[in-house]
Amino acid sequence: MGLALMVVIWLITLVSTYFFVAKTWWLPVGAAEAAGFIDGQFALTFVLMGIVFLAAQLGLGYIVWKYRERASAPPADYSHGNTTLELVWTALTAFLFIGLNLMGSSVWASQRFDPPAADSVKVEVTGMQFAWYFRYPGPDGKYGATSVKLMDPSAGGEAAVGLNTSDPAAKDDVVTGTMYLPVNREVDLSLRAVDVIHSFFVPSLRFKQDAVPGLNIHMHLKPTVIGEYEIACAELCGLGHYKMHGVVHVVSQEDFDKWLAAREAEKQ
Amino acid sequence: MVAMENPHAHAPQGFIRKYIFSVDHKVIGIQYFFLALTAVFVGMFLSLLMRIHLLWPSVNLPIFGVIQPETYLTLLTMHGTIMVFFVLTTAPQGGFGNYFLPIQIGAPDMAFPVLNMLSFWTTFVAFVVIIAAFFVQGGAPLHGWTGYPPLSAVQSAGPGEGLGADLWITSIAIFCVASLMGALNFITTTLDLRAKGMTMMRMPLTVWSWFITAILGLLAFGVLLSAGILLLMDRNLGTSFYVPLVVVSGQVMGHKGGSPLLWQHLFWFFGHPEVYIAILPGMGVASQVLSTFSRKPIFGYRAMVYAMLSIGFFGFMVWGHHMFMSGMSPYSAFAFSLLTMCIGVPSAIKTFNWLGTMWKGRIRFQTPMLYAIGFVSLFVSGGLSGPFLAQPVLDIQLHDTYFVVGHFHLIMGVAAIFGMFAATYYWFPKMFGRMMNETWGRIHFFLTLAGTYAIFMPMHYLGMAGGTRRYSDYREVKYLATLIPLHQFMTYAAIITIAAQFIFVINLFWSMFKGPKASDNPWEATTLEWTTTTPPPHDNFGGVTPVVHNGPYEYGVPGAAKDYVMQTDPATVSTH
Repeated sequence: MGLALMVVIWLITLVSTYFFVAKTWWLPVGAAEAAGFIDGQFALTFVLMGIVFLAAQLGLGYIVWKYRERASAPPADYSHGNTTLELVWTALTAFLFIGLNLMGSSVWASQRFDPPAADSVKVEVTGMQFAWYFRYPGPDGKYGATSVKLMDPSAGGEAAVGLNTSDPAAKDDVVTGTMYLPVNREVDLSLRAVDVIHSFFVPSLRFKQDAVPGLNIHMHLKPTVIGEYEIACAELCGLGHYKMHGVVHVVSQEDFDKWLAAREAEKQ
Repeated sequence: MVAMENPHAHAPQGFIRKYIFSVDHKVIGIQYFFLALTAVFVGMFLSLLMRIHLLWPSVNLPIFGVIQPETYLTLLTMHGTIMVFFVLTTAPQGGFGNYFLPIQIGAPDMAFPVLNMLSFWTTFVAFVVIIAAFFVQGGAPLHGWTGYPPLSAVQSAGPGEGLGADLWITSIAIFCVASLMGALNFITTTLDLRAKGMTMMRMPLTVWSWFITAILGLLAFGVLLSAGILLLMDRNLGTSFYVPLVVVSGQVMGHKGGSPLLWQHLFWFFGHPEVYIAILPGMGVASQVLSTFSRKPIFGYRAMVYAMLSIGFFGFMVWGHHMFMSGMSPYSAFAFSLLTMCIGVPSAIKTFNWLGTMWKGRIRFQTPMLYAIGFVSLFVSGGLSGPFLAQPVLDIQLHDTYFVVGHFHLIMGVAAIFGMFAATYYWFPKMFGRMMNETWGRIHFFLTLAGTYAIFMPMHYLGMAGGTRRYSDYREVKYLATLIPLHQFMTYAAIITIAAQFIFVINLFWSMFKGPKASDNPWEATTLEWTTTTPPPHDNFGGVTPVVHNGPYEYGVPGAAKDYVMQTDPATVSTH
């Protein structure tokens, strides 16, 4: 029985580890500035936890086989523990866990506490059951006023986010159902939700943030690779949660300007 | 003190007083156990329907028909709620704790037997109420077991958010009241009713785990109860605790100024300690069983007690790690993250000590021991994904993906259930007077161990690849569609693992009537429940009050007559 248990535990451990190490499934290729650090921190955590995982599981398997009861085995060791050992592994674990934590703090801070760059692109993301809308403030750089009373989700576009078209700042606001971002420029995002909580998750851009009714949450990110990246809502928001997706088009500055100009032209 | 008639001396006569409205902690423990067994089969069946829907979204099932996307969300909501409250909180504490805590400390019953009966029957009412949610107009709610408002607070936010959601909250509120009564009883019993010589540092680690769990329950369920009442008020009385000005389906709702994050703070202030409420009794059972079947004292008894106490203490300071992406102040993420990493330390100490307990032992592989070893393996696997999720920067990628689902299922779901299996196989002889079948126990163990790893390990791969949770269909989003083969594998693994659980149920009921008679101490264990008859008499020790002389895990004592020394044995001077 000891042998069978060892074999099963070892097999489970090695098969699980294989798929991690072979990266059969892994983080999608990163396309934003934060990806470098996040992926590095993930890999480091992965290696450290992987070592502990292998040591503990293989050790567990070995111990149950080695110390199985049999006629030739010596009597069990009468011991109530070892204080020095306890202190050593407490200190080691504390060092490992707390160290990992401190390493990750700077990137977290840079995306949240530092103000966005002066030349950043402003985009407002609004979530509602079950669609995302994106608003660009236009040449004046100012978002026009919105009002809950004007919101009409079934109409889509400006009406869905409740844009107050009588506000001068709203005249040049562009509201779209697809998101375009210029590559290598910082994006100053405002996240809002109309009805329930949604979460704006773009795996390739290493970005996730809940959009909460009543809050206007500011975050920034910088896409670094031209391409199309899928958005998936990551907070249960109702029966159509699984359908609440979209695409972020990261394009060159030139293409971005062209796209935005075309949207402005449509509006006039 | 005036001599009083011992209320525990005479067993009540009559079927109803004896088996239904009984005040005997042993009967109540068995009632909790069977309530949880019923609940776990309901919860497991819901998960089976979910897994089937994910693979074959348009299959027409007998009775249930085609499962709609909203029905899928109902299934996951009810699966989570039933499993967390009526299984993970009910069986380890209400079931085994009720039955064995008084016996293990040498008491004739709980401190408040009538309150004990009341807490069981209140839990039962809560269960009836939650099951009723399936059958009302609109069906059960779809807001997930976490019930985040505004989704859970606005009736028009989705199907099932009408009466079904009200019943869901009401059930949880009733459950909270029952748990508070239970917690008071456990704490008072542990502090006041210990037999002579049963010092705190001689209590079995199971008693410590039930005691600490009860303290957590007392502090956590009160908060959830208040939070639930506020949610009911938002839903039905027009208050705005959790709901700001929102527009749902084009209609402006009458709320303003509420904070959706307030619910999350209150919910997780309960929700995180709840994780430990589920797992601590499993830790206690694993310690008890590993020591007994390794024929060795527990490695680092005091360290184990301090580790559990610090897990309980830190458990109340880490709730914010569920909310890194919620929009709460990003500064607080530092504190929550650091404290979460700290809680990993006592958890690691416990693992080291379990390995140390088996080291140089003489391990016997009866089924309880297999489950205790499985518990350690799952605790390691489920625990090590914690330090990923505890780092806010990694949570950006992993939050609300299957990585989280895999993490909490391994550690608070399956590991806790392995603790319950270990407890069932270990204490069954004492509870029912007969032995369970070993061969079928072992087959059940290996199938369940391999099966649960096959279900939950792939969830980590899925989560790393960005696989979002709570989606009823993965074909809508292109990158999620590429991950469907993993879902297929998990569904097949789930079907096999669920089928294997019938081995357990058949073994349980067959052994109850047909198993070989159990002796008073079949595992050659040392704690007080093994000093009394099998099954124990109504007052637990047949009119004798046990006197304790030794620590709980005196195995392999050099010079002793046998390889174990009972806690009541006066012959040996203990090191404790």
